Amino acid sequence: MRTGVFHETFVAEERLWDSTTTQRWMLAFTLALFTLPVWGTDYMLAMACIVGIHVIATLGLNITTGNAGLISLSHGAFLGVGCYTVAWLAKHGVPFYLTLPAAGFVTAALGVIVGLPSLRVKGLYLAIATLAAHFILTFVFREWEAVTGGVPGTSIPRASLFGFEVGGDRRVFYLIFACAFAMAVAARNLGRTYVGRAFVAVRDRDISAEILGVNLLRTKLLAFAIGAFYAGVAGGLLGYFYGAITPEYFVLTLSVFYLAAVIVGGLGSVLGSILGALFMTLLPELLRLAAHASSQWFPAVAGLLLPMQQVVFGLLIIVFLVLEPHGLAAIWARIRRTFHLWPFRT
Amino acid sequence: MSEFVEYSLLGLLSGGVIALVALSFVLIYKGTGVVNFAVGEVMMLGAYFYYAGTVTFGLAPWIAFALSLGLIGLLAVAVERSVLRPLSGQSAVAVLMATIGMASIIHGAVEAVWGGDTYSPPTLLPRTPLTFGEILIPGTVLGNFVVAAVLIGAFLAFFRYTKTGIALRATASDPVTAAVLGININYSQRLTWVLSGLVGTVAGVLIASSAGLSPLLAAAALGVFAAIILGGLDSILGAIVASLIIGWVEALAAGYLGGKTRDVVPYIVVLAILIVRPYGLFGTRTIERL
Repeated sequence: MRTGVFHETFVAEERLWDSTTTQRWMLAFTLALFTLPVWGTDYMLAMACIVGIHVIATLGLNITTGNAGLISLSHGAFLGVGCYTVAWLAKHGVPFYLTLPAAGFVTAALGVIVGLPSLRVKGLYLAIATLAAHFILTFVFREWEAVTGGVPGTSIPRASLFGFEVGGDRRVFYLIFACAFAMAVAARNLGRTYVGRAFVAVRDRDISAEILGVNLLRTKLLAFAIGAFYAGVAGGLLGYFYGAITPEYFVLTLSVFYLAAVIVGGLGSVLGSILGALFMTLLPELLRLAAHASSQWFPAVAGLLLPMQQVVFGLLIIVFLVLEPHGLAAIWARIRRTFHLWPFRT
Repeated sequence: MSEFVEYSLLGLLSGGVIALVALSFVLIYKGTGVVNFAVGEVMMLGAYFYYAGTVTFGLAPWIAFALSLGLIGLLAVAVERSVLRPLSGQSAVAVLMATIGMASIIHGAVEAVWGGDTYSPPTLLPRTPLTFGEILIPGTVLGNFVVAAVLIGAFLAFFRYTKTGIALRATASDPVTAAVLGININYSQRLTWVLSGLVGTVAGVLIASSAGLSPLLAAAALGVFAAIILGGLDSILGAIVASLIIGWVEALAAGYLGGKTRDVVPYIVVLAILIVRPYGLFGTRTIERL
């Protein structure tokens, strides 16, 4: 618990970053990220873009699964919907500040449709419904060639703002960074509104929530819609970053990846989503570096890289679930508490 | 018309193996309340053990089969003790993710050890096809169905008439009362996992013998979810009936609409069922007014 923080107005108490220390750290972090193209290598820049995309998608899934308690296995497919929407709109010359929100809204509408079974079923039945929706959507990606280009995939023209092309990693980085920042703040604020509290109420005890006047169906559909909106925007940014995509990218493993990021990071917390996405994105890279480094002594390791990734991935999920169910956010909070209360014990 | 009969027969017969995989899933759900996403991977691992036994070590098929059953049984016990017991109080998301994690580990380990190629392990059953006039039924399909039917019949009898079976059912429906009555809950749940693993291994070996063995075998289990939802997550009889129906629908779709639709039709059926009759044909109806 932080000491020495005294608020004099309600407005000051409700601020997201309410102490000078927090504000200064936040400013430093934002400046560091903003100037990343200057001090970072190209590799770091590309990784930062990918992390940004994953952060947005994980934020969305954390709202659906962490805040509202609705297990969604179709998140990977929603990313695909956003990506293909942006591809199709951009080919028709729509600028990026319209395609990205449009992708978000289209995916949100689809999220509402996928969430409709929650009218009748709960919990694991709903999870399997989202699984079914995932497979149907990926089937559509492969077969609807007029819009998605079928199995060979499609290309996405570069985003442009009044003729200024957002090409190259640097400019896409700023686009992704701006979107990720805005959406993270939005997600944080969501927790303080009626809608956010309704989500938590529905997750914890939905019968009580209904008695209190929360419209269950609308709340659940809204949870799916908001999560899908985030996934759609993330998918659109993915399209702008890669320039071309195929339906092979949006497999069930992607949905499981995001679910793992949510769990490893911590269900229901924005910081958890960011940490989880960062961790899950950097993990394959770490493994690759480790395999590369040890290939001098064990030459056969390089071929085992992809299966080893899966094994480590699964092991991580299980280790985190058994040992630290509240995820990286809880570990971070514990470290912070130790520093705040030092030299006293926590 | 004979086309329809042929597709229907093939579908119903292939539904038998789907029923085995569905049984493996429903056993765990009914016995411990856990949705096991690793069913396909366990199935695949059992088939790979069998392959290793027959081809790599040169054992006779039946011995290798028995050995793979034993190994999967041991693995089930290990998994239950190390992963599921610590997680027994946690939320459904956590346990679901744990099974997904297990599936990932098994899949990665299998690919690391055996690689991604397709193998053909020897079959346990005769391959002679059966002909009814114009209709040709491959011997493996018929053999798989017979094995599946016998095994499922044995399970239904086991649950109905033996003391252990009734103890498992008691643990499934109310663990606290079962514990009060003196049934050892830990052993019951462990036995449920072992049985589920064994059934999965049989299904895996059957599928691998007829369709080839590769890491893609695990994906075949995802189609089983349609059967499980249709039948009701916690009903064994529902799983069997629904598997036959799903097998039939899949075969008709593949025959009339083309092979590509084969994978997606079960999922459309799932969504339709969830809207019309959410708890499936035979599942227990929990009355929820939303």
